[in-house]
Amino acid sequence: MMKNKELFGVSAVVVLLFLFGALRYENFFSAYNLLEFGRYNTMFALISIGMAFVIMTGGIDLSVGTVAALGSVVSALLSPHSALGAIVAGTLAGTACGLVNGLVITRMRIQPFIATLAMTLAAHGLALLLANNQAVSPSYETGFTEFGQGDWLGIPVPMWVLLVILVLAGVAHVYTAFGRHTLAIGGSEEAAKLMGLNVNHKLLLVYVLSGTLAGLAGVFLAAQGSGQPNEGMGWDLFAISAVVVGGTLLSGGAGSIAATMVGVVLLGLIFNLLNFENGLGQFTLSSYWQSVVRGVFLLIVVVIQARLLKKRTH
Amino acid sequence: MAKVMTRDRARQWLIQGGALLALALLVLFNLLFTESFLSLQTLNVNLTQVTTIVIVGVGMTLVIATGGIDLSVGALMAIAGTLAPLIFQALPGGWGLAASVVLPIAVAAACGCFNGWLVTGFGIQPIVATLVLFIAGRGVAQVLTNGNLQSFDNPGFAVLGKGQFLGLPVQVWLMLVIVLVASWVLQRTVFGRFIVATGGNEKAARLTGIPAVRIKMLVYALCGALAGLAGLITVSINSSSDANQNGLGMELDAIAATAVGGTLLSGGRARIFGTLIGALIIQLMRYTLLAHGVPDAAAMVAKAAIIVLAVWLQKK
Repeated sequence: MMKNKELFGVSAVVVLLFLFGALRYENFFSAYNLLEFGRYNTMFALISIGMAFVIMTGGIDLSVGTVAALGSVVSALLSPHSALGAIVAGTLAGTACGLVNGLVITRMRIQPFIATLAMTLAAHGLALLLANNQAVSPSYETGFTEFGQGDWLGIPVPMWVLLVILVLAGVAHVYTAFGRHTLAIGGSEEAAKLMGLNVNHKLLLVYVLSGTLAGLAGVFLAAQGSGQPNEGMGWDLFAISAVVVGGTLLSGGAGSIAATMVGVVLLGLIFNLLNFENGLGQFTLSSYWQSVVRGVFLLIVVVIQARLLKKRTH
Repeated sequence: MAKVMTRDRARQWLIQGGALLALALLVLFNLLFTESFLSLQTLNVNLTQVTTIVIVGVGMTLVIATGGIDLSVGALMAIAGTLAPLIFQALPGGWGLAASVVLPIAVAAACGCFNGWLVTGFGIQPIVATLVLFIAGRGVAQVLTNGNLQSFDNPGFAVLGKGQFLGLPVQVWLMLVIVLVASWVLQRTVFGRFIVATGGNEKAARLTGIPAVRIKMLVYALCGALAGLAGLITVSINSSSDANQNGLGMELDAIAATAVGGTLLSGGRARIFGTLIGALIIQLMRYTLLAHGVPDAAAMVAKAAIIVLAVWLQKK
């Protein structure tokens, strides 16, 4: 019940923000803005889905940002040869990072935040090495950029991809053993082990999933602009904030993919509105305000969650 | 009981000894294969670069000893580093200079208190609680300067990062004093015992009357203040303040130095001298790679591997 109330609250804020934008800015509620909003935020939605699964197990993945940057560099470098090859390779680069994260966490028993913080460094370093310290332009000739910039039936290609992944993730979360086991591990790793679950195997899968989605997010980054070795700073925090805003407990054991998407839309909307406000020209807020707003937002949500949690346990 | 004690002792010696051995091997390698390693300039370069890691690392060690973590240290360095030039440029003279050192450190300490308040008052996990300032803190520093580099020429403030005393940089003396005091506090004072007890078993500590909440607040405040000082030193060395770069990635360096030095990441055991050695290893490793033509990006990958390896070895 409580969970539904939280989700209702966040959804209500989203609707209010939409209304505010539609009333205040001329082109806010246009098809163009909404579709471009979806195209751009697909990257963040992807890493947030991965992060949601990780957080449900009680872990955290701080490396998604630089892993996405690595994915973007790999796919941009391969794009002149083959569009499909570039998409697959960029995604697999993320898979490989996720696999290393998972192995370090499950085999070496190192805390997720240290393992993934180290991966942040490693992926950034690798991206810089591969890209030779500069942005890599993707090839327009092989059609690779269509993957990020193209439309199908009037809807941006990234949104179609996201839709498919969302359905898969939702089904996996609610209807499969994988989803239930993820929650069980987050609830109590010890209890999950005693029930006979192969906890290590599930954890490994979760980090591989997160890495893969981050790699795919990187592919979109490259296809929409360029391979950016220095991008991705703060992406991990966007994803964590979105997951938390969506009501997934950072202590693990609870969460939903749909609520995480509401969180992504909410955070994305704030920045979209900031852009429109700057466009009005009455006062300008530099892009640096974004991180301040993000931080304050995370603070509010975390405090509210902590209070609710306290009430529930008492 | 006595047997357990000695085994524990032996393990600790092994960890500390292992770190020292690694440091010795690194030095030996450099003596043999790195040109002009044994010069005052090389020593000064390495010491200058390691001080900020050590100073932040000491604060991190204290926080980790209570079973916490502080991801916001890099952002707090940026805030303190941004405030200092703003203050001494608005307020010239001796008082302005004093204020430009004291106020930023006080602000950083207040931010640390805020972290501690989130952790103790709301029961939020330290990773998440300090994540808030990790994101917002650097943003605040960037907003204050609009992301621009602040260059300055202030001989008084430059002493902090460029001054010399008895042949060693002033900041190195500062670092040594901080290490010695922190080590003394941890081993010889009630406050130090309380810190370790809180991290060992918080519930038990509370039941025996240890003011765990206040201890934690203080520890986060101290960590913030030390990060603030490190931020000032960085700014003083560069004669300019860059909110985008100051302290970037410092949380990882500080955590790594702490872990390599033998402090338990789950709390309950703190090794300040270990953190010093850990920071020296990290610094020397990076210097060695760069001196032998390995690109900085590859050194990052190597550092990641070393951190994971060190934390793993420590658990054995």
